Amino acid sequence: MKRLFAHPSLAIGLIATLIFLAIGVVSLVWTPFPIEQIDIPRRFLGPTPEHWLGTDNLGRDMLSLVMAGTWTSFLVAAVAVVIGMGVGVPLGLAAAAWGGPVEWLVLRLSDFIFAFPAVIVAILVTTLIGPGAPNAILAIGIFNIPVFARVARGGALSVATLDFVAAGRLAGLNNAMIAWRHLLPNIMSLLIVQGTIQMSLGILSEAGLSYIGLGTQPPETSLGLMLKDAQGLFLIHPLLTIIPGLAIVLIVIALNIAGDGLRDAIDPRLRQGNPNVLA
Amino acid sequence: MNRITKAIGLALAFSTAVAGMAMAQSSEVRIGVALEPPALDPTAGAAEAIDIVTYQNIFEGLTRIDQTGAVQPGLAESWTISDDGLTYTFKLHDGVTFHDGTSFDAEDVKFTFERILAEDSTNAHREFFTPITSVTVVDPLTVELKLERPIGRFLFDLGRGDAVIVAPESADNNANEPIGTGPFAFVQWDKGSRVILEAYQPYWGEPVHLSKATYVFIGDTATLTNSLLAGDIDGTNNFGQEALGVFEGNPQFTILAGSTEGETILGTNNRKAPFDNLKVRQAMAHALDRQAIIDGATYGYGTPIGSAFAPHNPYYVDLTGTYPHDVEKAKALLAEAGYPDGFSATLKLPPLAYARLSGQIIASQFAEVGIKLELINVEFAQWLEDVYTNKDFDLTIISHVEPFDIGNYANPDYYFGYDNPEFQALIETLNGTTDEAKRKELAVEAQTILADDAVNGYLFQLPQTGVWNSKLTGMWKDSPIEGLVLRDIRWTE
Repeated sequence: MKRLFAHPSLAIGLIATLIFLAIGVVSLVWTPFPIEQIDIPRRFLGPTPEHWLGTDNLGRDMLSLVMAGTWTSFLVAAVAVVIGMGVGVPLGLAAAAWGGPVEWLVLRLSDFIFAFPAVIVAILVTTLIGPGAPNAILAIGIFNIPVFARVARGGALSVATLDFVAAGRLAGLNNAMIAWRHLLPNIMSLLIVQGTIQMSLGILSEAGLSYIGLGTQPPETSLGLMLKDAQGLFLIHPLLTIIPGLAIVLIVIALNIAGDGLRDAIDPRLRQGNPNVLA
Repeated sequence: MNRITKAIGLALAFSTAVAGMAMAQSSEVRIGVALEPPALDPTAGAAEAIDIVTYQNIFEGLTRIDQTGAVQPGLAESWTISDDGLTYTFKLHDGVTFHDGTSFDAEDVKFTFERILAEDSTNAHREFFTPITSVTVVDPLTVELKLERPIGRFLFDLGRGDAVIVAPESADNNANEPIGTGPFAFVQWDKGSRVILEAYQPYWGEPVHLSKATYVFIGDTATLTNSLLAGDIDGTNNFGQEALGVFEGNPQFTILAGSTEGETILGTNNRKAPFDNLKVRQAMAHALDRQAIIDGATYGYGTPIGSAFAPHNPYYVDLTGTYPHDVEKAKALLAEAGYPDGFSATLKLPPLAYARLSGQIIASQFAEVGIKLELINVEFAQWLEDVYTNKDFDLTIISHVEPFDIGNYANPDYYFGYDNPEFQALIETLNGTTDEAKRKELAVEAQTILADDAVNGYLFQLPQTGVWNSKLTGMWKDSPIEGLVLRDIRWTE
């Protein structure tokens, strides 16, 4: 644990991420004003003691919207990562453990999904089930599957050549048990790092999908949706664009710093003084 | 040395002067419009976007509506009306040709009206013309229309986009390659991007000032703003009111704030429960805070309406007080109707700024009385299909931009499905009445019935706020009929 926090970037990244996450969680139980509360006479207020970040074009409190939007972003990105991991990691492990036709199939499947950018998947899902946050989750989640499959396979392959895996096989473990007992624990760190990176990408994708109208729908809100609503007003009320934009940037930076720090902290190959396990 | 510098200076001055002259003579205009038309045949579709491009530009009717809403001679240079109001004899202009070179005569008029009245007609407003019993070609330049009963606004109806004259040789292809008699000929349509028109040189009427006009389809306000500021387009007929502030006080741009024929309504599916219940519709009317919607969606430019009638019309009566904003009353009415806890419904919104904004505001207002709305944003083609054609909706928001379109309420098959025989009889009487005082009385009665029945939520008269390069002149400020008429537009320098 101490080792983890020896990396200043990790500490900064994690703390910043946790702060944003906390803001998002708080929005579930409390926001300064209800986010659906439209009050036309009080629109475009600019920062005041009552409305710290001002109000938007419909008189909604910007701080409340940013809080709720942050939660939507985290939720969408996190569930998408869970989908990606839940499907992708078993596929990747299976590819590494069985090899042969299974591996070929997993790799071609990854290539196939990779060929469709998240936006195209989102458009497809929209036509099938209509727009909304679940649509964004599904689209980003599907995009995450091959990412995790490849990372899991790559990591597992390098572990699979080690002696203790061979020992396990001699002890009579089958492919599934090898994958579960020996491969998965040893690629956990890789997966966590990749998960953080996919989180930040997921938040960007959610913002992008909402911005083009395929993600979160009003009266719910997300940071991307706020950007979209404000863009026509950018030249008159720039704050309405800058605030959600800044929030997205800060969250993504925080997650990336945390991801970099995590990699430095837990990747044994980068740790100084340790013998290289792959040697 | 000195002389050389001078010579270069002179040459430079000369070249800039030449360039300046060339600029001044440029008579091309690029106009940004929000919606792309689904097709380009105004006689086969209800979408305003069709008329924006084609009305009085590519196609012309026997009469035309000018920018004050008055009827002017079009392809018919004059006409006579029999004393009983049943026979109209039109004298047509000589020397008129269609853009494909074929000539225009009385046979084309006959063809046009027979096409409108055919059983399989796709005209969006066949009902305006069904009282026509016969179209007779008297000679190539004279045509006689007989009616089964007098129609008070027949000359106006003939000036609508729905009644423009088409040629039998080209009518079938007008959806994609429109061929009319107007001052501008269709050149090309890059789907999803733009439509290009060019002045038609052998035009029969007064020559137009522009040589070329390009309609560029730009759906969102931010892109429109940037295109205007960057000079990629020279103007737009209706700019989102929320961002007008960008152009206020900028001497390079003129803002034309006017009105349209668009009654913006909360379209309600009267066929469907719970909206078939008058009490529910009344509750919804009480739940609406019109002023907040106008301020929020049109930045105060809209005019409140209480029925399906334009405030600038001489027959207008102010019914905005029929169901004033009253949350308690709305809740009580809902309880009486059997929905004490409210209900859930969907609100389908076309991609128009006023609709999307009004939708969010109305959802918030309805939530106060317990009606939960789910907002569904749809593209325009999908809106036309789902709402207008298949009537698969609960609520929607749309502006009815046709002049004097209260008659739509007499059509039980219209998308909101209002079926009131008393009202239908009233409209029939109104259509057959030519006496002004009597017409006004009937029109007032019709408006009152619709307001009392709360058929739809009546929100506001759609404003038209055009933003144009200040060197352009001749654009219409108001929009008394659907269209963006290029005829008088020109560069002043």
